Amino acid sequence: MKGLDRRSILSGAAALPLLGALPWRAARAQAANTIRIGVLNDMSGMYRDISGQTSLACVRQAVADFGPRGFNVEVLAADHQNRPDVGVNIARQWIDRDGVDVIVDVPTSSVALAVNDICREKNKVHLNSTAATSDLTGPRCTPNTVHWTYDTWMLAKSTGGAMVRAGGDTWFFLTADYAFGHALERDTGNFVRAQGGRVLGNVRTPFPGTTDFSSFLMQAQASRAKVIGLANAGTDTTNSIKQAAEFGLTRRGVRLAALLMFINDVHALGLQTAQGLVCSETFYWDLNERTRRFTEKVRGAIAPNMPAMTHAGCYAAVLHYLKAVQDMGVQAAKASGADAVSRMKAMPTDDDCFGEGRIREDGRKLHPAYLFEVKKPEESQGPWDYYKLLQTTSAEEAFRPVGEGGCPLVRS
Amino acid sequence: MDDIFGIPAPLLFGQLLLGLINGAFYAMLSLGLAVIFGLLNIINFTHGAQFMMGAFAAWMLLSLGNVPAARTGFALMLLPLAVLLLDWLLAALRVAHRLRIGLATLFAVLWAGSVFMEGGGPISGALGTLFPQGLSYWWALLIGPVVVGATGILLERLMISRLYKLDHLYGLLLTFGIGLIIEGVFRNEFGSSGLPYRIPPELSGAWDLGFMFMPVYRGWVVIAALALCLGTWLLIEKTRLGAYLRAATENAALVQAFGVNVPRMVTLTYGFGVALAAIAGVLAAPIYSVNPQMGTNLIIVVFAVVVIGGMGSILGAILTGFALGVVEGLTKVFWPEASATVIFVIMAIVLLTRPAGLFGRA
Repeated sequence: MKGLDRRSILSGAAALPLLGALPWRAARAQAANTIRIGVLNDMSGMYRDISGQTSLACVRQAVADFGPRGFNVEVLAADHQNRPDVGVNIARQWIDRDGVDVIVDVPTSSVALAVNDICREKNKVHLNSTAATSDLTGPRCTPNTVHWTYDTWMLAKSTGGAMVRAGGDTWFFLTADYAFGHALERDTGNFVRAQGGRVLGNVRTPFPGTTDFSSFLMQAQASRAKVIGLANAGTDTTNSIKQAAEFGLTRRGVRLAALLMFINDVHALGLQTAQGLVCSETFYWDLNERTRRFTEKVRGAIAPNMPAMTHAGCYAAVLHYLKAVQDMGVQAAKASGADAVSRMKAMPTDDDCFGEGRIREDGRKLHPAYLFEVKKPEESQGPWDYYKLLQTTSAEEAFRPVGEGGCPLVRS
Repeated sequence: MDDIFGIPAPLLFGQLLLGLINGAFYAMLSLGLAVIFGLLNIINFTHGAQFMMGAFAAWMLLSLGNVPAARTGFALMLLPLAVLLLDWLLAALRVAHRLRIGLATLFAVLWAGSVFMEGGGPISGALGTLFPQGLSYWWALLIGPVVVGATGILLERLMISRLYKLDHLYGLLLTFGIGLIIEGVFRNEFGSSGLPYRIPPELSGAWDLGFMFMPVYRGWVVIAALALCLGTWLLIEKTRLGAYLRAATENAALVQAFGVNVPRMVTLTYGFGVALAAIAGVLAAPIYSVNPQMGTNLIIVVFAVVVIGGMGSILGAILTGFALGVVEGLTKVFWPEASATVIFVIMAIVLLTRPAGLFGRA
């Protein structure tokens, strides 16, 4: 066993995260007139289809749509593998060594919260689109963060509220055992109780690495709750729904609340299995003329994927950030991430994906939330024609009221 | 007997049964690993990817008629089988070794090239025309293992066979790397969200067992897994072929001296182990999300199962697989957060007390 002992393997493994950042080292010599955007997300795991290369393509589209306005924009990308330690390492290297000014996307709430702290510490910008935890604009809010697309509170109100109104007043949660699942369960539970419903129990499922949910579904069924709240995402959600159908839960009157389900998940399940489920999103490719135009533009670069609301959020957030940079000047924007974010908050937003809106003082981007029902197979006109719009919640009502989040920025 | 440790008895029985079903998957997968390790001394880290390929083969076969990507994918998956058949035919015609290799390579290049032609090329085209409705689950159960097994045979011939004289670690690294590549290719082509695959109509529905609602399909999985495990065990422990295999494990040179073609036996054993993974994959397709990372999630646990059972022990792999499924199922009731960890805790304890595993020979 020449030259391959335990130590060399270990040090090799420790150096792996570094590899991701290497190719951009050479870019360091560039002039100060360049904004560097780092797209940090899951390129290889279960959240790849709701972030991954598609987010990168949407960020590039935003840069292209913004056009040349007197400063350069560079886009970098890396895979955080849904692990906070990896995400933190990449973020530090990007900022310390590669001069990255803004970190975009960052799915997986545990990673997002860790990166959030670094961006504040280094006074850079964190434009989060894909993480769900409402803590990003609550107790953990920072002057450097914008949380664009959605959050657990909005999901709880839109999907959870619809379920309670339809008579689902007793709940049992299947919760992915990390920051995101906990936040989604907490926000939905609060909402259910506020509406007069009851939470009968919960079960925390290990994340990642759970493929069989039948055991947890049986526990949920044994609680005799009317609604099983799926406080999970990605393949966890699709596996839960698939197996709930297999065990005949839905046939016997139990309703599933897929609290976070993306169009890509519906695609993965197929309409036959997913029909009738309701879910909440803030963007759907076939919503209006502008969303269809956006989708048409990026479709070629992302096939066979389709833009989800998270991808749209990356596009819109970067576009708005670049507008703010132009407004305040590159030097000022690079000097202080907090200043750049407060300029973003001062300017009204407008883009093809979310229409007109604004960013609140706690970093929350405001736009309407849509409650969709998944179509029956015979109702679908073509590929990716999956949603019927049930209800629209206005921008002012869709998200948690600014005073209730416990964000220190609001008090001061 | 209403409550056992504060858990209602019916719920507990249900969980035991579910644990047994998951154990069936662990048993099938660890069986393949044990067979391969027993004879080849290779720790086959590609096993998870091969399990995933089995599930994808099922999806591709079903979607041959209406999804172009499925046709392309399956045309590529067929390539190793076609090359092996050609090679076998040429050997039967007594074509010289070098010429055979040249022809097989040329054939492979042409085949792969045709698949990437504009519009899919003749092979994918033919697949689409021949099977406009796709091929059902039952065909997948037959064809999937053969096709994926053939990829395994080609892999063994081309790469793994070069490592037998080296330390285990090299085989582990090679198969691990290949597994990552296969997973990456599937992820690029099909995304990570997964693909829909439904339970075959013959096996849909459920039995009411009183204490729980038992889907027919899960019952079928347990029966199929038991049959598969028993069959493999009988094959290896009770037949003449199995005796050759076991003898070759002890002393390959001596067995070869008796006129047994040991390299071919080794190749076919690897193919068989891979086919076992693929069968498990086809069985898993209707109940788990068919996605590129489905194998990775399972394979780490399965390796723990093999280590606990004793590397290379067939019976150990089977019994440990089912038993740990049950242990994991019970953990899901009493302490759900720990259910992904419990198997590794057991592994650590077993390694400390019986380093060769429960059924292994020290």
